[in-house]
Amino acid sequence: MSEDPAELARQTVEAVYRSDSRRVLATLIRLLGDFDLAEEALHDACRAAVEQWPHDGVPTNPRAWLVSTGRFKAIDTLRRRARFDASLGELAERLAATAGDTTAPDLEELEDDRLRLIFTCCHPALPPDAQVALTLREICGLTTEEIARAFLTLAPTVAQRIVRAKAKIRDAGIPYQVPSRNELGERLDAVLHVIYLVFNEGYSASLGESLTRADLSGEAIRLGRLLLELLPEPEVMGLVALMVLHESRRAARTSPSGELVLLDDQDRSLWDRARIAEGVALVRRALGSRRFGPYTLQAAIAAVHAEAPSAAATDWTQIVGLYDVLLRADPSPVIELNRAVALAMRDGPLAGLVLIDALLARGELAEYRFAHSARADLCRRLGRTAEARASYERALELTRQETERRFLVRRLAEVAP
Amino acid sequence: MKYLCTVWIEEAVLNGLSKHDAETLVADSLAYDEELKRSGHFIAANALEPVNTATSIRVRNGKASTTDGPFVETKEQLGGFVLIEARDLNEAIQLASKIPPARVGGIEVRPVRELK
Repeated sequence: MSEDPAELARQTVEAVYRSDSRRVLATLIRLLGDFDLAEEALHDACRAAVEQWPHDGVPTNPRAWLVSTGRFKAIDTLRRRARFDASLGELAERLAATAGDTTAPDLEELEDDRLRLIFTCCHPALPPDAQVALTLREICGLTTEEIARAFLTLAPTVAQRIVRAKAKIRDAGIPYQVPSRNELGERLDAVLHVIYLVFNEGYSASLGESLTRADLSGEAIRLGRLLLELLPEPEVMGLVALMVLHESRRAARTSPSGELVLLDDQDRSLWDRARIAEGVALVRRALGSRRFGPYTLQAAIAAVHAEAPSAAATDWTQIVGLYDVLLRADPSPVIELNRAVALAMRDGPLAGLVLIDALLARGELAEYRFAHSARADLCRRLGRTAEARASYERALELTRQETERRFLVRRLAEVAP
Repeated sequence: MKYLCTVWIEEAVLNGLSKHDAETLVADSLAYDEELKRSGHFIAANALEPVNTATSIRVRNGKASTTDGPFVETKEQLGGFVLIEARDLNEAIQLASKIPPARVGGIEVRPVRELK
């Protein structure tokens, strides 16, 4: 750190901004009742800190200082604008009247502000892509440009989604609050879904070229951990566990030349043991609550894989059993497919093939590339090379991802006539 | 805030209900109106006649043109409405989810815009 007080103050502001700006924003949104006004107030407060802290010294509670300064800056802004719009004057005076209360807000209230922000950004009345954009912008503090790059879209598109979402929050009266007990389950599902969506976007992209996209997984895990800290519900534990367990295999998922490596063929010594230990511990806690759901069950399956020394030595009976429970909790053809693959590991490829053929005959998975590649794999193991070829070719037609395409081409070569 | 909860149902589904189910739906709807009145959320509510009774009117250059039918032909038709007073969208969603025809159709919740 520098000796120069101005430089020192600037560094302190930066450090506080990095660690606390999202908390300050969350509280300002509650106090001011408006996202844009709160963002502007946060920026004004930070600018004031850079100007004042070198002379006046760094306040004992920098976060509280930023909240209170931001609030007064917003009142000033509204008073200035009131010259053009009288209704803003009333708002400014109303805010000023309550701002006189200088007692430090209690810690619990401030933590609740972060939860309020999460539940508001992930409100099911907002379109899903707007929930994701708003969450990454307001809670994670990503810029619209960063979000656009991560989702391979244009910054103006992301900006527009955010503007529309904020307009709906204001005009439809979406409240800034943590849902009540009886709504919590459904509303929490929406939040978990957004986090998982962000994670998957980063996880599947990590095979591709762009490194910025892989950062999304890290962002999702940070978000999950924040939620876990604020709301330690079993399914939050389950989701964080699921994400860290997947993440533990990142280094083993691609070969040094960037090729896709399937779970069975991965070098398990590359798996991140610290992450596995964290994931397994969370799964145990979630299962112990007896109030767990689909995320915990998926994490439990990932944990069985993580603890197995090799594909052959995996406890496939337990995995099939977990899929049975998962299917009852959350019926879906994709889970049926995964169960069929696990069953093939337990009872042999033919048993799995019968299930997959029945699934494909129902039609829901006809366009799902993994159904065809799984079928191809079982046929290959049964020595039915012609059928294996046809299914690999179908999977190849359906895949859009370069690394996956190269993987299928290699497999196809193995079953060439 | 005021919210208009419009009730959307496929008329074929409504007509296909058994006599008992149809009567229950009407009785439940009337009972829910009373419940909303007691809790202070009620402003107005009505069911609508089938969509074949609808007439659409536009006025252009001072001249009214009248056509048969609703503005938009949709799979589900506007079958009724409940106008409520609610603290915010979360309360409006809670109240709207208990409107009985939500069981057979759907409810759209829209905040009322006060024109000044």
